[in-house]
Amino acid sequence: MKHKTFFWFFLPTALAMFLFIALPLTSIVSQSLHTPHDQVLIVVESCDPFGCKSETTIDHLASKKINEEKPQGKWVGFQIYTDRNHLAFKEVGELWENKTNFIDFVSSLRDLPFYRAMGFTLTYTFVVTPLVILFGFIIALAVNSLHRHLKGFMVFFSLLPMIVTPLVGSLILFWMIDARGILGSGLQELFADPTLSLKASTGLTWITLIVYGVWHSAPFAFIVFYAGLQTVPKETIEAAMIDGATRFQQTMHVVVPHLSPLVAFVALIQLMDNFRVFEPIVGFSASAHATSLSWIIWNDIGQEIRLLSSAATTSVLTIIGVIILLMPVLIRTWREFNPEK
Amino acid sequence: MTSNQIKKPLGLQILIYGFVLFWLILAAFPFLWTMWGSFKVELDFFSKGDWTNVFSGVRTQVVYGESFTGAGYEGAWIQEEFWRAFLNTAIVCVSTVVISLTLATLGGYALSRSGFRYSFWLLIIALVFRALPPITLVSGYLQPFYDWNVWGTLPTTIIVLVAINQPFTLWMLHSFFQTIPKELDESAKVDGCTQFQAFRHVIIPVMWPGVITAGLFSFLLAYNDFAVTAILLSQENQTMVPKIASFMGTTQTEGNIMFAVAAVVSAIIPLFILVMFFQRQLVSGLTAGAVKG
Repeated sequence: MKHKTFFWFFLPTALAMFLFIALPLTSIVSQSLHTPHDQVLIVVESCDPFGCKSETTIDHLASKKINEEKPQGKWVGFQIYTDRNHLAFKEVGELWENKTNFIDFVSSLRDLPFYRAMGFTLTYTFVVTPLVILFGFIIALAVNSLHRHLKGFMVFFSLLPMIVTPLVGSLILFWMIDARGILGSGLQELFADPTLSLKASTGLTWITLIVYGVWHSAPFAFIVFYAGLQTVPKETIEAAMIDGATRFQQTMHVVVPHLSPLVAFVALIQLMDNFRVFEPIVGFSASAHATSLSWIIWNDIGQEIRLLSSAATTSVLTIIGVIILLMPVLIRTWREFNPEK
Repeated sequence: MTSNQIKKPLGLQILIYGFVLFWLILAAFPFLWTMWGSFKVELDFFSKGDWTNVFSGVRTQVVYGESFTGAGYEGAWIQEEFWRAFLNTAIVCVSTVVISLTLATLGGYALSRSGFRYSFWLLIIALVFRALPPITLVSGYLQPFYDWNVWGTLPTTIIVLVAINQPFTLWMLHSFFQTIPKELDESAKVDGCTQFQAFRHVIIPVMWPGVITAGLFSFLLAYNDFAVTAILLSQENQTMVPKIASFMGTTQTEGNIMFAVAAVVSAIIPLFILVMFFQRQLVSGLTAGAVKG
């Protein structure tokens, strides 16, 4: 295809992505380096028969003029990045100096909102992703050995947790684990503890969210692995069988290696998706015990006075996180594309 | 299974069926339970004393004289005007799907037919865009949207959703078009067609399976979105998902949580129907990226 034809074919989609993805990206970088202007204050002296008082009021005209001159706001450089709500250099430095041991230091970081969110986001991403792969693989193996008619039926129901809106899915589970809901009261009975509540402690909330994450994403891994299982070469399995491999050995040495490219694919998609974990925290009303990077951005924007600079700063830090996460993939594609220097 | 497979030992059979049953319950039970419970009153749906109440509907009978009631639906759809959210969702989803498919079909086709280096880099950029959490972009939209006075309206949200969907749809259609042999449109060009005519007369007739699959996923992305729609839409333009989220705040205090339950079930039904009719396309779409690596 000629360059010119390519250009016209590609222009509409490029324009959409440029205007609504690339430009907003530069705009959040700029926002994160600016804060709104301070209001211009003027002191007015007003005198009456009882004496003179000086009063401070906002000079609206002057404030407006400054805003028009510099609509981006006041340049503050990296000040927002280092403040308490983000990277908190000062606070971290103090904690480091006053630490008794390393574990103590790490756990005291939890009081700082950004590190708290980071802690949960990373834990969630790196616990849910392997569990999803493992669980999806086991479901795929089990369903694959069923009778033909049962398979379609299983695929239909397996798709549901993944297809359903994350917020809606988490609300459904939230109602079920409510102390009055079927799972919540069932668990209370099981452990004979009428005060047991999955929402009360940080640890249980984290486990709930992780269980939700696995429930939501396992179908994806299942479908991909299930499709992969249909292409496992029969001859290799037979050869392994003749060589005396047990069923378990056949799975470990023939099926698993055959599926390993798919594992990489599922892992990549899952890392991207789990890193943005957000809706379950809203659905489970879990923000008192667990926050994620996406959630603190949302929280900043949702305030009465929208804290755009703060949200933009967290956004930039999140994007840096995403890029670090993608680095291995990007480097690999780069190597494949530029072989041998 | 093929006949040459050795019959599985009984223990393994039981283990497999047990596990499949376990997963089936895990995957389906929450939905069925909530659907059933949405026709009850709150005290039956959340029955701490005796969980079988939800089946017999004891309290529902006390209040309404029947063991089923549509009161939750009535409250949500009429009193809280959920129908408005439903219409908004329909408008947003249909427009998003149509526009994003139009853009991505052209773009994906061009990418699959161009062997130049930049097409590879465009795909990598799209991959990075796909990885960005949509909410990170939202604070970048707000200021300009306020300035231009377009915040809160449906068209703004549709355009933003289209743009956010583009990277994913583009990837999907690109890998689909690669499965259509190049010779097909090249022979049309030899016969004197321009590239666009070749696309129009040769590719468009055969591209529908791929386009339908991509459309399904683009629909799901728009339908399920919470971060963008919740922030970019004003109160009266809200779609279903942000509306449900705002129910959470109001209904819990007013004691009509069943409105929220009914709304949640209403939002699930279209997805159920979607999976029922398009199961094959969904499965093929999920695996499309994987098989080609």
